[in-house]
Amino acid sequence: MNFDLNKKKLTDINKYLQNIDRKSNVRKFKIENPSGHHAICAGLKDDIDVTINGHTGYYCAGMNQKASVTVNGNVGTGVAENMMSGKVFVKGNASQSAGATGHGGNLVIEGDASSRCGISMKGINIIVKGSVGHMSAFMAQKGNLIIFGDADEDLGDSIYEAKIFVKGKVKSLGADCVEKKMDEKSINELKKIFKELNISENPQNFKRYGSARKLYNFKIDNAGAY
Amino acid sequence: MKKKGLKEFKTFPQSTINEIQRAAKEGIYQIRGLGAKRKVPDFDDLVFLGASMSRYPLEGYREKCNTSVVLGDRFAKKPLKLDIPITIAGMSFGALGANAKDALGRGASSMGTSTTTGDGGMTKEERGSSKYLVYQLLPSRYGMNPDDLRKADAIEVVVGQGAKPGGGGMLLGQKINKRVAGMRTLPEGIDQRSACRHPDWTGPDDLEIKIQELREITNWEKPIYIKVGAARSYYDTALAVKAGADVVVLDGMQGGTAATQDVFIEHVGIPTLGALREAVDALKELNMHRKVQLIVSGGIRTGADVAKALAMGADAVSIGSAAMMALNCNADLYRKDYEKLGTEPGYCHHCHTGRCPVGVATQDPKLEKRLDPKEGGRQLKNYLTTLTLELQTLARANGKSDVRNLEPEDLVALTVEAAAMARVPLAGTNWIPGFKEKD
Repeated sequence: MNFDLNKKKLTDINKYLQNIDRKSNVRKFKIENPSGHHAICAGLKDDIDVTINGHTGYYCAGMNQKASVTVNGNVGTGVAENMMSGKVFVKGNASQSAGATGHGGNLVIEGDASSRCGISMKGINIIVKGSVGHMSAFMAQKGNLIIFGDADEDLGDSIYEAKIFVKGKVKSLGADCVEKKMDEKSINELKKIFKELNISENPQNFKRYGSARKLYNFKIDNAGAY
Repeated sequence: MKKKGLKEFKTFPQSTINEIQRAAKEGIYQIRGLGAKRKVPDFDDLVFLGASMSRYPLEGYREKCNTSVVLGDRFAKKPLKLDIPITIAGMSFGALGANAKDALGRGASSMGTSTTTGDGGMTKEERGSSKYLVYQLLPSRYGMNPDDLRKADAIEVVVGQGAKPGGGGMLLGQKINKRVAGMRTLPEGIDQRSACRHPDWTGPDDLEIKIQELREITNWEKPIYIKVGAARSYYDTALAVKAGADVVVLDGMQGGTAATQDVFIEHVGIPTLGALREAVDALKELNMHRKVQLIVSGGIRTGADVAKALAMGADAVSIGSAAMMALNCNADLYRKDYEKLGTEPGYCHHCHTGRCPVGVATQDPKLEKRLDPKEGGRQLKNYLTTLTLELQTLARANGKSDVRNLEPEDLVALTVEAAAMARVPLAGTNWIPGFKEKD
């Protein structure tokens, strides 16, 4: 089924996609002329497949559950923010805060992602095939941020239990973020993610970063780290 | 005991000396709970004029005085219709125990009013016991999920709170037990310091888009509140309206917190009285007064406080610390446990320790048992009933058949400061300091 945002209101399209008739066999949808609209495919909650042909604004596929959303274009701030499950594929670049606070599912960005990619992530897997901007994985709590390119300043600042994998260069690490051994468990974890997403890449080409856990409880001796 | 003839340093009273010596010993600022302890101009500095030759009162026990209020009918398809204009402020599960959250839900629901989640998400108990539940969207997004968003009756985007405008939440490791940690996706026992800024928007233009997303996810049904700490209240209110809020929640500096730095609580933000005046000014100038509803919080204790807030232009109030006190916070019970904390009833602000003697602000199962949710709910109901009766008493005395018909003209101030902040005349004069009638 095709929707055209030049002809149909965003709210009507979102409402349709959020309330799929389970008796219907239609599970694949296309959205044409997104024209930078915000909140396209926000709040989807069913196992459907949506392709958006063009560029989107803020919060595309926000709070997604179960659905697979593909954007043939660039995305604005907060793509797949607070995603719970499902898959979001961005064929172009992503603006700030991609995958912010995501609890689950997979976000794959073919191009670059701007600053604060994966900020406060809570279990999501974010794969960026290009590079990421500054303060990515800031206060990241859980999940994996996998960067094929480079990472800008202060990567993983104040990180909790999330894991960061970088193939390229890291300009600088943020407070309490350190390089960690690329152990067998992490290699297997990456293998599993790559397999699920049909990505041909050798996990051993990546370096791993995570929390030194020195700032978990406030100690006055660490005040200078902030 | 102080000996006769001894003269205390006004600049260095004993409490200040104690704090200097504590800082010298520990090398870290003081963290504590609840709100500002300093004296600031407040609603006690205003009085109602009541009826007179030119104003007719209503019979106190016969003539009706409406207390209901509708919140969020600007854009939301399903605004909240509350029986009383007194709501329960956002307090997290984590800061408070599950029994306390349950009790708040029970008490509020029995009075036909709303309660609010907090940093940490929505618990089943809270949703179950709350007839109307406001779900907070905070910078941390702990526990945020779209299913709970859809279960909520309203959504409150928290930009700031009165106790610490510009500060994020704080919950020390001793309160992060397995359940709290699980809801927040954090390891047990760590000091949890929430973000102070939202992760995916900055500024009112972005917030407008964020609100659009929330409305899209919830089918434009839920009222969207924006909560701000009292700081630049005129501009913050105007920008909240611009961003598309259905309701603005304004929290003055007397508002409480579960834990933050004492220096933040006492030295950042402005008193509720002055902030309220500025917020109402903004709404009136935008022709949005009563169209975008205003809820004010921070130091509301009595029906008189509620009545004065409404007279100044608020549509409703919200109570946090006072609601906890209705559940026995600072009650003269379990005195030995207060002593263990180095405090006593009436002075306790030790919510941050997790050792709440009365079982309200704790995750300790033994302490939590000291609060029975049913009994707590009954106490809150009684307290809200009292506030409502006091509010109606004052409204009738001023000749109002609806509490929201109270108006600034019904008020005068007892101090120059309060007159200037509230912009009502000093009692017995027609003088409003700093205010000139426009030509």
